[in-house]
Amino acid sequence: MSQSLRTFLGFVLFAAALAVAPLVFSSGLAITMMSLMGVMVIFALSYNMLLGQTGLLSFGHAVYYGLGGFCAAHAMNYIARNKFGVPLPAIPLVGAAAGLFFGAIFGVVSTRRAGTVFSMISLGIGELVAALAGIQRSFFGGEDGIATNRVKLAPFFGYKFGPQVQVYYLIAAWCLICVVLMYALTRTPFGRMCNAVRDNPERAEFVGYSTQRVRFQAFMLSAMFAGVAGALAAINFELMNSQAIGAGTSGQVLLMTFVGGIGHFFGPIIGAVLITFLQISLSDITKAWMLYFGLLFILVVMFAPGGIAGWLSLHTPLLRGGRILNLAPSYALAAIPLAAVVVGGIALVEMAHHMLVEAASDGSKMHLFKIAIDGASPVAWIVALALFFGGAFGLKLVWPRIDDAWGEAQATGEKA
Amino acid sequence: MLQLILFSTLNGVLYGMLLFMMASGLTLIFSMMGVLNFAHASFYMIGAYFGFEISRRIGFWPGFIIAPLLVGVVGALIERYGLRRVHKFGHVAELLFTFGLAFVIEELVNMFWGKLPVDYQVPPSLDFVAFTLFDTTYPAYRMFMLATAIAMFAFLIIVLKRTRVGLIIQAALTHPNMVAMLGHDVPTVFMMVFGVGAALAGLAGVIAGPALVTQPSMAALLGPILFVVIVVGGLGSLGGAFAASLLIGLVQTFAVAINGSLVDLIGPTANTIFGELGNVTLAQIAPLLPYLMLVLVLIFKPTGLFGNRET
Amino acid sequence: MSAALSLKDVRKNFGPTAIIRGLDLEIRQGERHAIIGPNGAGKSTMFHLISGRIGVTSGSIELKGHEITGLAPYEINRRGLSRSFQVTNIFPKLTVFENIRCGVLWSLGYKYSIWRFVDRLRDANSRAEEVLDLIGLSARRETPAGILTYAEQRALEIGITIAGGADVIMLDEPTAGMSNTETEQAVALIAKVSEGRTLVMVEHDMSVVFGLADRISVLVYGQIIATGAPAEIRANKAVREAYLGEEAH
Repeated sequence: MSQSLRTFLGFVLFAAALAVAPLVFSSGLAITMMSLMGVMVIFALSYNMLLGQTGLLSFGHAVYYGLGGFCAAHAMNYIARNKFGVPLPAIPLVGAAAGLFFGAIFGVVSTRRAGTVFSMISLGIGELVAALAGIQRSFFGGEDGIATNRVKLAPFFGYKFGPQVQVYYLIAAWCLICVVLMYALTRTPFGRMCNAVRDNPERAEFVGYSTQRVRFQAFMLSAMFAGVAGALAAINFELMNSQAIGAGTSGQVLLMTFVGGIGHFFGPIIGAVLITFLQISLSDITKAWMLYFGLLFILVVMFAPGGIAGWLSLHTPLLRGGRILNLAPSYALAAIPLAAVVVGGIALVEMAHHMLVEAASDGSKMHLFKIAIDGASPVAWIVALALFFGGAFGLKLVWPRIDDAWGEAQATGEKA
Repeated sequence: MLQLILFSTLNGVLYGMLLFMMASGLTLIFSMMGVLNFAHASFYMIGAYFGFEISRRIGFWPGFIIAPLLVGVVGALIERYGLRRVHKFGHVAELLFTFGLAFVIEELVNMFWGKLPVDYQVPPSLDFVAFTLFDTTYPAYRMFMLATAIAMFAFLIIVLKRTRVGLIIQAALTHPNMVAMLGHDVPTVFMMVFGVGAALAGLAGVIAGPALVTQPSMAALLGPILFVVIVVGGLGSLGGAFAASLLIGLVQTFAVAINGSLVDLIGPTANTIFGELGNVTLAQIAPLLPYLMLVLVLIFKPTGLFGNRET
Repeated sequence: MSAALSLKDVRKNFGPTAIIRGLDLEIRQGERHAIIGPNGAGKSTMFHLISGRIGVTSGSIELKGHEITGLAPYEINRRGLSRSFQVTNIFPKLTVFENIRCGVLWSLGYKYSIWRFVDRLRDANSRAEEVLDLIGLSARRETPAGILTYAEQRALEIGITIAGGADVIMLDEPTAGMSNTETEQAVALIAKVSEGRTLVMVEHDMSVVFGLADRISVLVYGQIIATGAPAEIRANKAVREAYLGEEAH
């Protein structure tokens, strides 16, 4: 099977998955969640055009997402007020234009250099725009943000996009378009030179390319796709507020993209889907969700810098010939102490939180993993500590085994 | 007017000194290790919370001594078991590590002390009026903060100029690659520098906590300003960091104190030219100024005002 | 016919230190010209000045009769000068094939295009295959360049340099750090790739220099003290004293 045919089949599968997902997961929560996933997939992929493809670490990518969203929200209100015949599915184009426009303006000043200078300028611009959002109320709407109403626009083939599932399909369609376009970009001369500039900017200059121009173009295009994501967010929530433009959102897209894996095109997709899923399903259960997210990120930085995609792709050569089965016993063995560390760690954090912050008003009784426990009892603490440190010790013990199993699986792979 | 200038200068210098207590450590860490430590302001926050926790159990003064030491130990442990591991993946990984660390520390503080500000009080022994000038009083605690900051600099200067470790650090500031060749145990030096930097930030937190607000967002609010300070001052330049700290401290304080808008300055025409931005007061713009400075400096003089190393 | 490269009174100071002190040099079109000289004479600096990596303090540099002083490296490259580096300078995460193709793209006019797929660019791909074949790395085409052996990376370095079809090629110590057999192969490769082009080469290995060069210039302390055919240089007394003498034993 040729490379291009495989890629094509991959996208057909992706499109099919997008199409049938609401039929399989049909609950209201699931459809809301999948809508957000679609937005985040575009946002994370656009971020990776900078970080993974071109080697630019930005701390202010939310600027383009946010500005795209605000422009889209204003455009929707303007269109609805004047009863223009523009349907909702065209609105992301406004976001794209806004992203491209602001990407061009800020790109001129920030892409003159790479490395830390670029990172610091992106941070500065991010803080500037966020601070401006607090002052300029007519455009950013102050604390309330800008509200909009998506059903007020002209219908699109009879669809008014009131029900969430219709919005889902709108987002899914744009997600597919953006993913295909961003993938296609990586296969162009420009996309390849982005990689070259990431790997070795000096050499790129000596084969005829202006690295500044390459960075600038990558920055603009990345901002454009971020703008599309922002516009879809505005459509999805029918509200844009200054939080969307701030450092928190910029940090989140960085974390999401990196956890997914910046070295592979599909890495950010995994990151966006997984993190959005965890965010929505965990944020109701625990207040410490962001803490776990941060810890996950640190662990990925420390132990798996390739992210989830990098870790998965290590296994693909093992899939052939079923050699992956050789790893199974070691993984199963490691799963036990790993689970103990995770459960123990979560118990410690949750109990500490309960006792320090909430016990004064709610008493020491609490629920953890649906088990009733008393945060004041030493037994609970001893169990949690034992799980955590026992698990950590156990992991240390079995780690060499996994290493060996890995080496073996690799070695037999190379012989075959 | 004179009163305004005098007090704003005093407050500006104080704020600048606080900034420098953190910026000095950040600059040292960056110069030696090449790490722009995103979590530096988090050490300041931990310092404030440790100080609060100790002061409500034992008292302010034990906290004043113990909390910075504890923060220093935390910093050294993070360097030893976290940062050092990431080092081999390069500077981007290090930056990301400290970024994640800042995130985690903020959430930990959220979990352990809650999202609301805690009641970290000025100790009774320092809770009096230092002097009164033009009918305006100046609290003694602020003078104490100033004194602490100055004492810390004296200590820092002595260490840098008079000790062996100080000489190594100075060498590392100008020739970061040479230190290893001198045969020093570089990892240990790194750990110490990181720990001392963290302790200094912790000390800043302990003394700033009662005067400002001790809350989980205090690190996120201050962190980016610190980057502004060390970039504007010039990376690797302690003198530059000092000047930039004072500059930003004064600019911020005066912008808040003067508090005029374009309308006040040039009349209603400001509204026709700038729209609603004409009504924006200087105080509202104050938080924006450091970042404007950062971007402008990076565009026009990436080595910073006093530095000679490219960022 | 104008010279391929011509340097007129080029000077370069680093702070108060003069590294290049009034350098005059003419490289004829189509010749293989070697630059030799003791360590610290300024050979690499001269390469950096010509290729635009660092700016000159004063003086002028012309490429095929056109002034290139003060231009950015990519502009000089587009005018037909391509160089290699003393320290291997490749794209480590890209495959060997991608490395070469990056060197090809600009010269075929693809610029920053986002409207074409690289895999469909017949001319670029066949050109890259040719170069791969020429440098003997066809078997390694899908290997990430970062994990090649040192000698292979040096060959790739030369491949990237010549891929764009520049007519003036500058190689900075192409055989540095190689074993004898590797050096022999490298010399053969250089002879092959410089066919029909102008070659400027900094080299320490005298057997390589005298085997390849049509003319040799001797750079000592930031100035050219002699230029001529290998036999003349060998016979030149000043050169022997300044440089060759120490290696004659």
